[in-house]
Amino acid sequence: MNVRTDIIKPPKQDIFQSGKFRSIVVQSIVMFLVVAFLGWIVSNTATNMKANGISHGFGFLSETSMFDIGYLPFIDHTAAHTYINAFFVGLLNTILVAVLGIFLATIIGFLVGVGRLSDNWLVSRFCGFYIEALRNIPLLLQIFFWYHAVLRILPRAKNSINFNDHFLLNLKGLFLSRPVPENGFNYLLLAGLFSIIVIIIIYLWSKKRQNLTGKQFPILYFSLAILIIPFVIISFIYNFPITLEQPVLKGFNFKGGIRLIPELVALLLALSLYTAAFIAENVRSGILAISKGQKEAASAVGLTQGQILRLIIIPQAMRVIIPPLTSQYLNLTKNSSLAVAIAYPDLVHVFAGTALMQTGQAVEILFMTMSVYLSLSLTISLLMNWYNSVMALKDR
Amino acid sequence: MKLSNVLRLFTSILILSFGTSAIADTLSDTQARGHVRCGVSQGLPGFSNPDADGNWVGIDVDVCRAVAAAIFGKGGDEKVEYFPVSAKERFTKLTAGEYDILSRNTTWTLSRDAKIGLTFNGVNFYDGQGFMVPKALGVTSALELDGASVCVNTGTTTELNLADYFRANGMSYEPVVFEKADEVIAAYDSGRCDVHTTDKSGLAAQRTKLAQPDEHMVLGETISKEPLGPVTREGDEPWSDIVFWVLNALITWDELGLAGGDAVKSIVGDTSSTPEVKRILGVEGDTGGHLGLEKDWAYWALFEVGNYGEMYERHVGANTPLALARAGSPNAGWKDGGLLYAPPIR
Ligand SMILES: N[C@@H](CCC(=O)N[C@@H](CS)C(=O)NCC(=O)O)C(=O)O
Repeated sequence: MNVRTDIIKPPKQDIFQSGKFRSIVVQSIVMFLVVAFLGWIVSNTATNMKANGISHGFGFLSETSMFDIGYLPFIDHTAAHTYINAFFVGLLNTILVAVLGIFLATIIGFLVGVGRLSDNWLVSRFCGFYIEALRNIPLLLQIFFWYHAVLRILPRAKNSINFNDHFLLNLKGLFLSRPVPENGFNYLLLAGLFSIIVIIIIYLWSKKRQNLTGKQFPILYFSLAILIIPFVIISFIYNFPITLEQPVLKGFNFKGGIRLIPELVALLLALSLYTAAFIAENVRSGILAISKGQKEAASAVGLTQGQILRLIIIPQAMRVIIPPLTSQYLNLTKNSSLAVAIAYPDLVHVFAGTALMQTGQAVEILFMTMSVYLSLSLTISLLMNWYNSVMALKDR
Repeated sequence: MKLSNVLRLFTSILILSFGTSAIADTLSDTQARGHVRCGVSQGLPGFSNPDADGNWVGIDVDVCRAVAAAIFGKGGDEKVEYFPVSAKERFTKLTAGEYDILSRNTTWTLSRDAKIGLTFNGVNFYDGQGFMVPKALGVTSALELDGASVCVNTGTTTELNLADYFRANGMSYEPVVFEKADEVIAAYDSGRCDVHTTDKSGLAAQRTKLAQPDEHMVLGETISKEPLGPVTREGDEPWSDIVFWVLNALITWDELGLAGGDAVKSIVGDTSSTPEVKRILGVEGDTGGHLGLEKDWAYWALFEVGNYGEMYERHVGANTPLALARAGSPNAGWKDGGLLYAPPIR
């Protein structure tokens, strides 16, 4: 704006008359009262705990935990490790279900949401049924369903459902072969890295050329070729430098390979299928928000159906989808604490459960646990807000 | 369900945060309320379990009934309100004042006594931790359990002893940790775990809940000491004294061979009783007054509940589904080679 603000400035006022000053005073008083109130709560809690002989403070975090944890995909924990270590194990397990859950829920949600709008009667009805059914059954019930009704009727380890010895399913979980790098694997990695760089360069070049000349380049086929050809050649030279470590039955259980415990599988299935139903509705409303004229205009200039979806519909729909999507991601993350109902060792189960019970330090432990969920939620919000701003309508 | 747990924990913390730490007088509060508030398990046969009519029964329940009878006299054993709680939430709720006695197969340990504001008041069952396995597994000793999946309750000494035992013997295992005892049993029964572990009395009790009890066995090893007894809040000595001495009165009656009900009624007027019996009956002296109770406090506890031996045989003894013979066990009286020994009531 080019208005000259100095001309319409109001005359100088007495500071005590100014609304701004008064609002600062009022806010400071309220702020002071809130802080004093919190301070009083903290000191009163401490006094009462002392009077009741309950120990307090965060010193317990460096004591040995004396308990074991059943599922350790990332860091080790034994009874000889500290409580803070148990805290991190729980935290990582929480992040694991949240990340995998968000990933699966997004994919399923988009498929179902698009399917709901399909012209195919069967597909759209099926997707509609899915959404209505899963949205309206309480999540805890769904977790129990997967855990107690589905995963508990699997066979015991000896009679596992077995595909090729690479994929085994039994009461104790899902066991998969694990790829192990062998001699020459580094060359594969290098080749992969090189291919990606080349693809990026070609992509940038083709984009530039399209802007200048309007000519398109079959980028997809070229990229695939650039990725696959060196891979095949190196694999051939080094006799395929990846072997698979198979899970084998030793004693009570399968050893080796990758293991997903039934508690994780049940929680993941329930969380992602449930959240996907909500995401599907967001996706549908996002797509429906795009006016029909956009589509018609796009096909009038000769874009194909695929191009219309990819270049016209999705980018615009995303602006409508992302904000509610964020709140679904937050829900999923917070709902993952229902893990405690089925023995998946997440943060609430391990730290706000076992550790709380063994130390009796409810105040400190719940404070830490709540702070974690708050931080996780804020992180997700920040990431999604950033993504939203990338996708937002840009003025040119 | 889980949410309500969190909410309750919150209330506990709120009470800690906003309440004032006035001197507690649980006895007066209980008398004014007209009943004793007692925390029990969510269903452990023999210890605390609702019977077919929904009444709570078991040796842990009897401790609360005896305390109530000692306070309220005739018919007082009915004046108890029961609060079923999981292992995980039992202490927080006690310290928050939701109930005043926790009588729930709870092991007396140093850290519970000294660190989380609890007072332990004697032992009503000496136990130890054991393992249960399906017979089909072909295991005969706990030392063959390397690599097994073990189902266990969260927030118990069991969880810690398990870690100790496997570590001490250089074995590995997968703990599968549940909050509710029922979930542990279901997981074990379905085969999610190879092994179920808890106090041996608990194993005997929970075996009765399995689909095919005969197909499971308890291994010989006892891997820990689990003295189970009633717990109160730290800081109310007079109340803790009452719980301690009521329990020990029941044990004393057992030592004296005096049975409850009509048997004890008939000896109240008997002038030939020993001075000790007269004193405990409240005919002579005033032991009750020192506890803030009526003279005949111990009489009513015995009359309504019976002595320790009767209580034991009724709920966990050889003729119950738990079938835990008392003779030769640590729960026999000290004169019979057991550990039960009540300090003198005088
Ligand atoms: N005595 C041990 C274990 C007590 C315990 O809770 N055991 C479980 C397994 S037997 C139980 O009684 N559960 C019954 C319930 O949750 O209601 C302790 O004090 O930590």
